[in-house]
Amino acid sequence: MGSWFEANLVSVLNGGAIGCLLFILAIGLSLVFGMMNVLNLAHGAVFLAGAFIGWRIGGESPTWGTFALAVGAATLLGLLAGAVLSAMTEPLRNRSHLDQALLTLGIALVAAELLSMTFGNDVRATNAPPGLDGTVPVLGTDYPVYRLFLIAAGLLLAVTAWLVVSRTAAGAVIRATVADREMVSAIGIDDRKVKLAVFAVGSALAAVAGVLGGPVYGARPGLDSTVLILALVVVVIGGLGSVKGALIGALVIGQIESLGRALFAEAASFILFGALAVVLVLRPQGLFGRADMAGAPR
Amino acid sequence: MSAPADIAAPAEGEPRKPPPVRVLVSVLAAVLLAAAPLFLAPYAISTLTRMLVFGLLAASLALLVGVSGLPSLGHAAYFGAGAYAAGWFAQNVSAQAPLSLLVAAFTGGFVAAATGWIAVRARGVFFLMLTLAIGEIVHQVADSWESVTGGSNGLYGIPATEVGGAAITNVGVLHWYVLAAFGGGFAVLWAVKASPFGAALRGIHDNEPRMRSIGYPTSLYKYAVFVVAGTVAGLAGGLLAAQQRLVTPADLGFTTAALALLAVIIGGARSLWGACLGAALVIFVRDSIGPSLDGHGPLLLGVVFILVVYLMPNGVAGIRIGRGKGGGKP
Repeated sequence: MGSWFEANLVSVLNGGAIGCLLFILAIGLSLVFGMMNVLNLAHGAVFLAGAFIGWRIGGESPTWGTFALAVGAATLLGLLAGAVLSAMTEPLRNRSHLDQALLTLGIALVAAELLSMTFGNDVRATNAPPGLDGTVPVLGTDYPVYRLFLIAAGLLLAVTAWLVVSRTAAGAVIRATVADREMVSAIGIDDRKVKLAVFAVGSALAAVAGVLGGPVYGARPGLDSTVLILALVVVVIGGLGSVKGALIGALVIGQIESLGRALFAEAASFILFGALAVVLVLRPQGLFGRADMAGAPR
Repeated sequence: MSAPADIAAPAEGEPRKPPPVRVLVSVLAAVLLAAAPLFLAPYAISTLTRMLVFGLLAASLALLVGVSGLPSLGHAAYFGAGAYAAGWFAQNVSAQAPLSLLVAAFTGGFVAAATGWIAVRARGVFFLMLTLAIGEIVHQVADSWESVTGGSNGLYGIPATEVGGAAITNVGVLHWYVLAAFGGGFAVLWAVKASPFGAALRGIHDNEPRMRSIGYPTSLYKYAVFVVAGTVAGLAGGLLAAQQRLVTPADLGFTTAALALLAVIIGGARSLWGACLGAALVIFVRDSIGPSLDGHGPLLLGVVFILVVYLMPNGVAGIRIGRGKGGGKP
């Protein structure tokens, strides 16, 4: 067991880094859907926009200044994109999920196409900022510092999100809206503003995840749908509207993506589907979802 | 907060026309399609053949989306599975006429059976997410299983279909071959829709809890129609392999699924013929306008989706999931 762990340590750590990145991405998707019943298929496009912004501002080897600037710009752009998405889905409030999915899908296709027209079809790789671009020895293996930084950032964000959602007044409104949107608006809170705020913050997180993911994935066309699918699987496995579920789901999918690909190569896609199947058979509402939001009939 | 059941679309799929007129129109359409190779140029014939292939895919999706209320975002997976199976079979076993089509239909149905049991357990938005994820995972498999699928290069050099030892190379003859298979697949879909089973599916679309409470095993019915639609989509994939003689991962990718869904929506969702007409329109636009867009077809597709959702609320409302927004409620 010990030697197996040592042999696969790099894959396990990679999986942790991918998982933390997926968590930052999936938390917005999960809250927007859990609260507002809106399936936002444009979430992956926001991530890709963030990755391109990171490349545009920081170039191939960013300094700390340009890296911070890129994060700031991505945050602003994400907030704006979330506000636009919130406004565009508002007229569809009483329409079916399919209508909302088609609309956000249309937006995602347009956004992806505009990005590839602006930034071209090449892989835009970036490096980590100085100090994070080296490697450190971990149990006798050299490992990129940046990925350890990603793990730390993801866990920090997870704790922050959990504290905000479970311990603050704003978090109480968010949880109440997940539980019963009509009751929240009945006690005088404008649930459109809650939706706008969650959409904006969720999209900002997706865009920041794009900047952070740049040094791992490299900005390229097609990345948007890849990460969107992974985030959807994370949300389905973890349960909609749950911070804890998104974290656990993201860490599981991160390991499947990394360790699974390292050990089983061609079969990794089957493992992804297998994990989805096992979770949904045992717990149709996801690991931490509420039973009354479940997709499955009793 | 769930919408009352009675504002959902009426139980009857389409307004009833007098049967003789419908029969006449159908016969006329069949005769025109069959006679097309006699008066059309080869390029126009192969466009028409592509329309038939894509029309069969759209019609099988219409059975899921419009009739049964199962809006799948991953239906291209079964189309592509059938296409790969037919291509692989023709390359490695036999290119004799109906064999590769049977293999394609079986493979489409098999993959639908293997993945659909997960999807039909879900309702509402979960169904959308799961079918999207399943479609994307099958796409990844096609992309990475190089020993069978040829990876991202696709499966190329598929031999032409043979009938009695002679290869079909003439576009007109190929058109007749595709038309015959299209007729078979469409007849299956039509028979399912017109049967008591199809009536039960419409009932599930309109009000699943009520159908369940009067004793219908609704999950089993949804699973059955999912497999039937997957089988016919697989058959359409077999036709694609026969015509294109090249199968790439894009054929089971998300764009194909989105185009098929667009065809279904344009066609009014509940009508199998409508889906075929929608497919013809989509193929016509893709093949005639697409090349002038310089590879930016998805941009047009996205704009069309946005416009359809905003401007055709009734066209899209016909395929609302369950009862409006109450997708997550019992």
